[in-house]
Amino acid sequence: MTQSEAAPDAASDSTVDAAYEAKLRADYDGQSREDVLRDYREMLRIRRFEEAAARAYTRGKISGFLHLYIGQEAIAIATQQAMEPGDRVVSTYRTHGFAIALGSDPKACAAELFGKAAGLVGGVGGSMHFFDKERGLWGGYAIVGNHIPVAAGHAFASQYTGDGRVTLCFMGDGAVGIGPVHEGMTMAGIMKLPIVFVVENNQYSMGTPLKRTLPVEDITARAAGYGFASDRFHVTSVQETRRRLGEAVERARKEGRPTLLELITYRFRGHSMSDPAKYRQKEEVERWRLNDPLERTLMALKTIYQVPEQELDAIDETIVAEMDAAYDFADKAPAPAPEARFENVMAEGPYYGDSATTRPAGVE
Amino acid sequence: MPILQIRQAIRDAMKEEMERDERVFLMGEEVGYYNGAYKCSEGLLDHFGPKRVIDTPITETGFAGIGIGAAMCGLRPIVEFMTFNFSAVAFDQILNNAAKLRHMTHGQFGVPMVFRGPNAAAHMLGSTHSQAFEHFYAHIPGLKVIAIATPYDAKGLLKTAIRDENPVLFLESELMYSVKGEVPEEEYLIPFGQADIKRPGDAVTVITWGQGVPVALKAAELAAAEDLSCEVIDLRSIRPMDEAAIIASVKKTNRAVVVYHGWPQGGVGCDIVARIQELAFDDLDAPVLRVCYEDLPMPYAENLENLILPSPERALAAIRRVAYKR
Repeated sequence: MTQSEAAPDAASDSTVDAAYEAKLRADYDGQSREDVLRDYREMLRIRRFEEAAARAYTRGKISGFLHLYIGQEAIAIATQQAMEPGDRVVSTYRTHGFAIALGSDPKACAAELFGKAAGLVGGVGGSMHFFDKERGLWGGYAIVGNHIPVAAGHAFASQYTGDGRVTLCFMGDGAVGIGPVHEGMTMAGIMKLPIVFVVENNQYSMGTPLKRTLPVEDITARAAGYGFASDRFHVTSVQETRRRLGEAVERARKEGRPTLLELITYRFRGHSMSDPAKYRQKEEVERWRLNDPLERTLMALKTIYQVPEQELDAIDETIVAEMDAAYDFADKAPAPAPEARFENVMAEGPYYGDSATTRPAGVE
Repeated sequence: MPILQIRQAIRDAMKEEMERDERVFLMGEEVGYYNGAYKCSEGLLDHFGPKRVIDTPITETGFAGIGIGAAMCGLRPIVEFMTFNFSAVAFDQILNNAAKLRHMTHGQFGVPMVFRGPNAAAHMLGSTHSQAFEHFYAHIPGLKVIAIATPYDAKGLLKTAIRDENPVLFLESELMYSVKGEVPEEEYLIPFGQADIKRPGDAVTVITWGQGVPVALKAAELAAAEDLSCEVIDLRSIRPMDEAAIIASVKKTNRAVVVYHGWPQGGVGCDIVARIQELAFDDLDAPVLRVCYEDLPMPYAENLENLILPSPERALAAIRRVAYKR
């Protein structure tokens, strides 16, 4: 279907005002219909995956902690587009979005949430420890900030071996006060490592707003102290985010100079499933919703690209079916075998404990 | 056979392994231009250059984490802590990253690296610089913990540690870097999990490791003067532990004393006593005793520190007690 064939009433039911539409048109200037549809589809896959996770959690299929990426999807999609094969993403416990964006199988992701053997890490990690090395997802860390030195170590290895890879290290705004962030950044700065640090500032450190956690509101003000380049912006579209992330990635690759980016974003759900987010007003959430990159992309598709409702609905239905199938797979998948608990503790093979006094019965 | 100090044996082990394997590098505070706070890396910067002998800022968490991240990429880091007391700053990196990553990534990544440095009390360093860390690290599945007391063991075990596919905590002693001993010129490796009988005997088993070894050996010498024959077992490897060697000796002597640096409550000493009572209960003729720090923070004052440290005299008293001599 071409743009001219789009349904004439595609935008007629929207409520956008002229200023919003003008900004929208500026943001999407020069982007092809196919590219915008791709970005929309990829973001929607993450959102539908996350919504299905929330439903499964409510039904008691998922336990433990579950932190959703709803509202932040554009960052993961832009990251995937800004990377080259072999580059590494190191992230936090809010990491499903990166897995889906980087091409991890939603079945394996859902199975991980369900604690099943077919999960991304065999069901031993759960929501907080997604790792998919083959696709460039290097974690999956859940002690706030403790992955920053590790990510710097990956970048150090790139420098040591000359492999030409860039490491992209993500953290939340709540992480920037904790020690390892400072130490890891100090090391990255002094060693001039090929790394990009990205703060996904989603406005809340769990339930505590920025003004109560940040002595200086602009997190990138810290970049100067580490000798980093910096950039700071609101995430409203995939392509703007990709472009600016891409600059930082190239700077890391070509100049070996780290960048600290602060991406201002918003999570529409609570910190985790147990958080009803009572610390914020409905009006605040609605205001941010106008800037939700997924909503904006949808609006662009309707108003600028005149994509008919039926086509958009069909995309959504396909994605919902994909995610439903993934969660159905996870539900039916077998739990890990009892022997699985002995695996991957030590490099030598199954590990049963160090003493004859504490090993399971029947094990020598 | 050449006679080396422990510090030289450690340096030689690192040098040989770095020559053998390009992926091995040394990182830590003052390891390069300063040649090591205790001179364990003397000459390595000159030999290998700054790419592989890397001075860091004072960032234990930072460089421990860099080592972990580099090991995940296939390098073989040696991270030196100026003292293991500073490893407390990096404890989260060791506990939650080094020890867990193979497991939590379902084997997608391993962390083949060594954390090494001096451990336990030295002399009059006060409460924050006088602690024994094997008791913390030996608790954690996913790690290996080694403690050395001779140049021979230092070299052979450090080379094994560098080649191991798991994270290894390699504990040395500030007071023992100058201890001398024979070290063969030809290459050798000492496998983990094998205790070494540092002095054979048949009346009392004395189990020890690291800085406890000279204390136990001195006590055994004093006991011998009283016609009490002690078998001194140097564990060398705390995790994995050579349980079989301990039990074999206890079955022979029917008595055991554990001599070590560290507090009495929790920790490796308690673990050893638990293993002995479970695996050799019927062979015991006396309760198993521990000789270690008093359950107190370490004071600076020399007389107070001496009261708290495990001494040959206190070890001898325990040996006598399990032998029912006084």
